[in-house]
Amino acid sequence: MAVPDQTIPTHPAVEIQGVTLNYFTPDRETLALANVSLTVEQGEFVAIVGSSGCGKSTLLSLVSGLLPPSRGSIRIDGKEVAKPSPRVGYMFQKDTLLEWRTIIDNVLIGAELLGIDKIVARRRAEDLLVRYGLGDFLHSLPGQLSGGMRQRAALARTLCCEPDLLLLDEPFSALDYQTRLALSDEVAGILSAERKTVILVTHDIGEAISMANRVIVMSRRPGRIKSERKTDFPSFGPTRPTPFQARKCSEFANYFQTIWDELDIHQIH
Amino acid sequence: MNAKALGLPGRILGVARLSDGAKGATTQRKIARKLPVQKIWSTTALVALQLAVLVGFVVLWEVAAEFKIIDPFFWSQPSSIWSTLVIFLTQGDAFTDIAFTFRSTIFGFIIGTTGGAVLGMSFWWSRNYAQIVQPYIICLESIPKLALAPLIVLVFGMGLSSKVATATALTVVVSTLTAYAGVQAVDRDQERLFYSLGASRWQVFKKLVVPSCIPWIVSILRVNIGLALTGSIVGEFVSSQHGLGRTILYAGSTYEISLVWVAVLILSALSMVMYVTVAWLEKVLRKGVVH
Ligand SMILES: Nc1ncnc2c1ncn2[C@@H]1O[C@H](COP(=O)(O)OP(=O)(O)OP(=O)(O)O)[C@@H](O)[C@H]1O
Ligand SMILES: [Mg+2]
Repeated sequence: MAVPDQTIPTHPAVEIQGVTLNYFTPDRETLALANVSLTVEQGEFVAIVGSSGCGKSTLLSLVSGLLPPSRGSIRIDGKEVAKPSPRVGYMFQKDTLLEWRTIIDNVLIGAELLGIDKIVARRRAEDLLVRYGLGDFLHSLPGQLSGGMRQRAALARTLCCEPDLLLLDEPFSALDYQTRLALSDEVAGILSAERKTVILVTHDIGEAISMANRVIVMSRRPGRIKSERKTDFPSFGPTRPTPFQARKCSEFANYFQTIWDELDIHQIH
Repeated sequence: MNAKALGLPGRILGVARLSDGAKGATTQRKIARKLPVQKIWSTTALVALQLAVLVGFVVLWEVAAEFKIIDPFFWSQPSSIWSTLVIFLTQGDAFTDIAFTFRSTIFGFIIGTTGGAVLGMSFWWSRNYAQIVQPYIICLESIPKLALAPLIVLVFGMGLSSKVATATALTVVVSTLTAYAGVQAVDRDQERLFYSLGASRWQVFKKLVVPSCIPWIVSILRVNIGLALTGSIVGEFVSSQHGLGRTILYAGSTYEISLVWVAVLILSALSMVMYVTVAWLEKVLRKGVVH
């Protein structure tokens, strides 16, 4: 009766293999992604940076299952993605809160659509909102909240269904710089505490370096992966610094410079 | 230094600066007084004035008719309108007429608005279907619907249904187009969010499309109640045995001008009641949607 310790084969969280995507519109065909391959391990935080229109959002749509790839394959936990799954939480650039629902009802939308036990979901939603400092706003409407609060509510909604994989598409881009720094610090804390696998798309190189374990740089359209770089901060010590601390580490400036050069931001076409 | 202190802050800020001395302060106060501030009268005064205008108008009309400045045969006069009103309301079947017009308006309003809303929102389900149907809707919009009234009466007969049909014809197209505008304004990202959470199309329709469209539909209610009333009156003009529209037509053709005025007055009252009710309904719905 030998019971092996590890019976469950561990797959990478996300495997993207040779993915190509063409958008077809009546007047033209756009090659958005060309032969993209990327592997994300369980519990890893990966950031994708790239110039506007290089296909970052498209890549997230593909991983979420909203869009099928023209060629190539995408696997989550070793299973081919065929349609959206509640195990994947997708957070959009806009908070997409429903204006006619209270904050708590917005957070509960996922549970409602999936037919999850209401009482359990409600408790979790309340718990999340209280933790994100929205305890006094459970029954407010989104219109009564500030941009940062709305974004936190959207994050609570994303996390309420307990997804294992999070896809964040420029979640902080609508915010001012200070709020953005504070919120990215908070979110990084929340996500590392919950040991989520995260793919973050951003325009902000600093945000990418400070939040992620690995930064992927994408080339201009058609989107390809140009480089990958692990962002370690040995000068900080054995633990990972918070995003705010990371920005002050000596390695930060080096990473920033390298990635900036790779992005070719000054060459605007 | 003095000139600077006088010139700048007063004009821009209009705030009295104590340090500037007496002269400076006066200049600034004068500037502040030049701001166009309108004094709002009290509600009582406004209502009293409104009533005075009405009374004055009625008195003027009565006097002008009495002294034959205007011909009372064509214009009638308030005193005879009043006695006709009393007769109309106490004898004969005034309430049958009122109820008839009221019913056809309400039915037309409900059928036209819901029908249009449902049709407009149904376009969400298929873009191809929307593309096929849309030109016809736009075509229908450009037809003056009232011109079709005689045809509608021919088809639906002289009873209530033809009036309901005219009222519906007038309201349904506007409602459809408005609801469709609402469908087109549904947030793409919210739609993607629903699908990413594994929602079915029916769930997206029920929980996203319909609530997004409700403010659009609510915005059309007040317009529609007026259109529906016009529709049922025109239906009655064409051919009818009851209704306030029919009363107007009948009184006009027999030169009972006071009765025309009576019917118009009652019609206005009816229209006002319905308008106020719908405005109230709109408020309740807006709140309901929001909560
Ligand atoms: N629905 C669509 N139909 C046709 N073309 C599209 C569609 N969505 C995106 N594209 C095209 O695909 C390319 C990649 O778009 P995508 O939205 O993925 O870019 P992105 O990297 O997210 O840009 P941004 O940083 O500005 O958000 C763009 O050039 C765009 O024109
Ligand atoms: Mg994008």
